[in-house]
Amino acid sequence: MSVVEESVAARVLERALSRGGDFAELFAEERRGFSLSIDESRVERPQSGSERGAGVRVIDGEVTRFAHVDGLAEDDLMAAADGLAAALGGGGAEPVALRAADPPKLQEIEVDPASVPAERKADVLRELDERARSAGPEIAQASASYSEGRRRVAVFNSEGLEATDDRTRVRLGAQVVARRDGTVETGFETLGAHRGFELLDGDPGRIAEQAARKALELLGADPAPAGEMTVVVGGGFGGVLFHEMTGHGLEADAVQKGASVYAGKMGEKVAEPLLTAYDDGSMPGEWGTGAIDDEGTPCRRTAVIEEGRLTSYLYDRLRARRDGTESTGNGRRESFRDLPIPRMTNTYIEPGDADPEEIISEVDRGFYAVSFGGGQVEPATGDFVFGVSEGYLIEGGRVTKPCRGATLIGNCLQALARIDAVGSDFEMKTGFCGKAGQTAPVGTGQGHVRIRGMTVGGTAV
Amino acid sequence: MSAELEQAARRAVEAATAAGATDAEAWSEGSRSREVRVHAGEVESLTEASGRGVGIRAWIGQRTGYAYGTDLSDSGLAALAEAAAGAARVADEDENSSAPDPSGEAIPEIEGLRDEAVAATETAEVIDLAKRIERAALDRDKRVSGVEEVVYVDEDGDAAIATSRGVSGSFGVSTAYSFLQAMATQDSEVQTGLGFGVGRSPGALNAEEIGAEAGDEASSMLGATKPESRSCPVVLSERVTASFAGFIGGALCADDVQRGRSPFADRLGDELASTAYVLADDGIDPDGLASAPFDGEGTPRERTPLIADGKLLAYLHDSYTARRGGARSTGNASRASYRSPPSVSTSNLVLAPGELSLEGLLERAGDGVCITEVAGLHSGVNPVTGRYSVGASGRAIRGGELAEPLREFTIAGDLLGTLAAVRAVGSESRWVPFGGSVRTAPMLVGEMAIGGA
Repeated sequence: MSVVEESVAARVLERALSRGGDFAELFAEERRGFSLSIDESRVERPQSGSERGAGVRVIDGEVTRFAHVDGLAEDDLMAAADGLAAALGGGGAEPVALRAADPPKLQEIEVDPASVPAERKADVLRELDERARSAGPEIAQASASYSEGRRRVAVFNSEGLEATDDRTRVRLGAQVVARRDGTVETGFETLGAHRGFELLDGDPGRIAEQAARKALELLGADPAPAGEMTVVVGGGFGGVLFHEMTGHGLEADAVQKGASVYAGKMGEKVAEPLLTAYDDGSMPGEWGTGAIDDEGTPCRRTAVIEEGRLTSYLYDRLRARRDGTESTGNGRRESFRDLPIPRMTNTYIEPGDADPEEIISEVDRGFYAVSFGGGQVEPATGDFVFGVSEGYLIEGGRVTKPCRGATLIGNCLQALARIDAVGSDFEMKTGFCGKAGQTAPVGTGQGHVRIRGMTVGGTAV
Repeated sequence: MSAELEQAARRAVEAATAAGATDAEAWSEGSRSREVRVHAGEVESLTEASGRGVGIRAWIGQRTGYAYGTDLSDSGLAALAEAAAGAARVADEDENSSAPDPSGEAIPEIEGLRDEAVAATETAEVIDLAKRIERAALDRDKRVSGVEEVVYVDEDGDAAIATSRGVSGSFGVSTAYSFLQAMATQDSEVQTGLGFGVGRSPGALNAEEIGAEAGDEASSMLGATKPESRSCPVVLSERVTASFAGFIGGALCADDVQRGRSPFADRLGDELASTAYVLADDGIDPDGLASAPFDGEGTPRERTPLIADGKLLAYLHDSYTARRGGARSTGNASRASYRSPPSVSTSNLVLAPGELSLEGLLERAGDGVCITEVAGLHSGVNPVTGRYSVGASGRAIRGGELAEPLREFTIAGDLLGTLAAVRAVGSESRWVPFGGSVRTAPMLVGEMAIGGA
């Protein structure tokens, strides 16, 4: 059952276009969530939320008018549509009759997390707490969090589109603080997917041990070096490098405003031929996956770089229309309160043929960034920065001392062109991406990747 | 609106008690907001929105749970109350967990939190304001090649609280802000610059100043090069000092302090900062956008000196951390919205201005770097250890004056070390909406590690 009846949606669209406009859309949503954490070995902050609401959008030429309301009462939706129409004040346009799309290929959810007793979730957190604390006497603090969310969305537009999606996501995070004499270090690890509670089958407690291991390892760390050197980036969350360095610059809104260093570079060689990369919202079970995007376009795989050549930007409907092309299924919004904008889903570098160990052993002096705390890019200039959460020195082809407090900075086009090895290993990780005030779940992935010449910013000047 | 919200909060408390809560607190909000995005002289998008919702905190003995929703009907509140009470049953007991009693202190009257002009200003007027901001950036320098977009937002809203222990109240606020990112181009090089303004109504925003700031910054960065790695004096712009104050304020929140996750834990009363650095949390300054008569659990907001004479004077508390730490609440229980339970957070941070103008600070620095922008804060600052390493851009300082632009470098250090190394705070202060709501000024730090070429 859709969150809004088709007949109601048809009336809202008709009203929205009653005084002009080229396109109208109703995005309706019902979202529920639950989260829980453990801190100081105490289960706390249980929180449940439930929201219903809708956003109505009318596009008139190049101008987008948008209204959103809490609740899904027909009166409220009609009032929103009325407000938009009143602002246009022209002659009416007729929407095409709605026709439901083929049922979407929903992600398979084996166990609806909402059906699992909260006490089970508390027990998972107790297990994480226990595993983190048993990693050693130097573990000073451990905390962990569990969250689940379900979004049922329905999209209707004046071109006759009617599509739905039902997205369930589960995520665990563990944070550990380790202390030795006056030194304090932290470690963090996550596990998440567009899946049900079955994600936590197996051994979710391992992430607490991994977080603890990172914090303990860093206790013996030296200050990170500063200066330019070869950098090897680890698999999994290392993919955030590609997300920032390239992904954001390929989002069509930035490109069309000339606010991306990738503007005008379509078809050009931007990397060595060993590099191929995708954005893929249809990867089964991944964090950034969906059946459709938030404009009703089916999620799909888009090759953005093929053998070093730039092959596609990432589009939503509005920006695709401007470029005379099709949406790539990247029109995403945080909630019914937001306009869709071009966003990544799951972005990854395709595994190459280099042995990860050789990628490192060929480096005489360099820096090994195993994992990042996050990153940021300014697509217009291409300048980026990443905080390294786990990093090591590479000396004589071997990984030696752990380093604390490192940051990687550089410029997109330069750094992308300097990737000279892509590993055959591969891992996907979960992240949250912020853009224009909206947060979206995104997946990032890659194997080991080597970049010749990047600035490491540390305190050891 | 506020009478309706107060009533919704009271009904929510009753519903929670009926659902088995031994104590309950409800926070309700309603707002209308408007957003305009302008690009190349045209409106790109126009958003009008209304929102409302309620959050219920329920206690069952010493267990606490939270639930929020957008359905304020009787059946909606009943479902929400069940969810809150149900959540509380999952939590472990905590001897410090209990509903706050009314503080007994007078709720401050703060004039000027709401400017009726927000609701009265036609959308056509704010569209014109946004267009003038863009124009001002483009007219500033012929190398300014475009503006990604000008964003203008205003909001007018009310909030109300009610609890089973008799805490109750409501207030209304308005805000208006605008920002833009300008691009300057020379040959194939592009640089960006940010401009912004904040206030209670669109009338408080000066289009020419906001646009000029972005245009100046973008064009002044053209030709930027990477500096040599070294340690040197730095002057931090007010945007950077705002973020810095935000991290200091965050680390002074008693929650993380009590849980041993702050570099300031067990340091109360210690001399740890330069005497030039004087910081307070001020929840009642009418110009501060975070100001309110009471905090997220109904405790009166107040002004709390944090650092003065080089000493750490106080931590920030809500009722939970106050009980746990044997202190009194400083009125710093904050909520991002009804969607989140209250937790300790800064309100408005105020860095006391010093004597020297920006020119004076540069002269005192002699040779060094002036940092106008930092990037990668959320991953580059570790709030537990206090260490930071973030991306930066700015200008060289030579012979006490601004010289060539610099980019693609990092600054690194630790919060406590930097606090002690502050040499002077500037005299020109302004409100900055980064790092929370901060009234701040530029400052000179004696030495900082620069990571460049």
